[in-house]
Amino acid sequence: MTKVVVVTSGKGGVGKTTSSAAIGTGLALRGHKTVIIDFDVGLRNLDLIMGCERRVVFDFVNVINGDATLSQALIKDKRVENLHVFPTSQTRDKDALTMSGVERVLDELRELKFDYIVCDSPAGIEHGAVAALYFADEAIVVTNPEVSSVRDSDRILGILASKSRRAQRGEEPVHEHLLLTRYSADRVERGEMLTVKDVNDILAIPLIGVIPESPAVLKASNMGVPVIHDQESLAGQAYSDAVARFLGEKRDMRFLAPPRKGLLHKLFGTNA
Amino acid sequence: MNLIALFRRRPDGSAAIAKERLQIILAHERSDRGQPEFLPRLQQELMAVIAKYVKVEQENINVTVQHDDTRAILEINVELPPKH
Repeated sequence: MTKVVVVTSGKGGVGKTTSSAAIGTGLALRGHKTVIIDFDVGLRNLDLIMGCERRVVFDFVNVINGDATLSQALIKDKRVENLHVFPTSQTRDKDALTMSGVERVLDELRELKFDYIVCDSPAGIEHGAVAALYFADEAIVVTNPEVSSVRDSDRILGILASKSRRAQRGEEPVHEHLLLTRYSADRVERGEMLTVKDVNDILAIPLIGVIPESPAVLKASNMGVPVIHDQESLAGQAYSDAVARFLGEKRDMRFLAPPRKGLLHKLFGTNA
Repeated sequence: MNLIALFRRRPDGSAAIAKERLQIILAHERSDRGQPEFLPRLQQELMAVIAKYVKVEQENINVTVQHDDTRAILEINVELPPKH
């Protein structure tokens, strides 16, 4: 059974594409046949984060319009077996993604026996964002511990509950998961940043992971290698944990406390 | 600088303010959710009619739709100014 997973947030710049790339890659690393779809028409970026930007020939809109077949447009990941990337179009026509076109593509991916279809949503609550979440079975709501991000996540949860296909058909609701990103345990300890518990209490959906703020994320995007491949980094490890929890495993949350520093570091270290 | 930071453990506390503000605004926004889209316009038109007879402020008119299992109730609350 294919599962459609939307990675969404409302607010831009919180880490949707980074998370889509990491989680999609993580699912494939665990042996699941996975495709990651870029729904951000006009602002193609998943290809860069996945490191396949020079292999894009056909895109989502080409396939919807019948100018290319799905298998022509799917890009096979070079690092991970069972992982594919489906790039979006650079067209400025935001309505190019018709709902019937999206449905046809998703049905075709189901026929190709994909286990997971990860939909990387654009920011906002307009057509593109609704197209990305409409067919979802699962939603990963990416949130930063910051007021505007939390508010926008709440808004997206409202849209999932009213505008998704599951909601409109009166079916079992979309399974929602909270992914907290750019978490700085240091700043939380100083009372400068909302805690995991604060955000979790406010949004009231199950927590799937906490990704610590990490220089590894920028490095990963520089290199075009999803950060989950960097298992030396805390962010990479935290994404692996999140994928495991998504698959139903129990794992304790890590990286919620600041790393203990020695006295010398406290006295002479830099304030990072 | 670091020596000072070591002894300064006064929490900045802005996170607590963030949490409180979020709780208030989200409670408000969630109650607006699921309301029909014509509601703001209905409220304005009601306001115009009522204003012909009594002087009321926009915030003293409250229009909501409440649903239970079998029906929906349109509730209009108008708070009139006190009699002088």
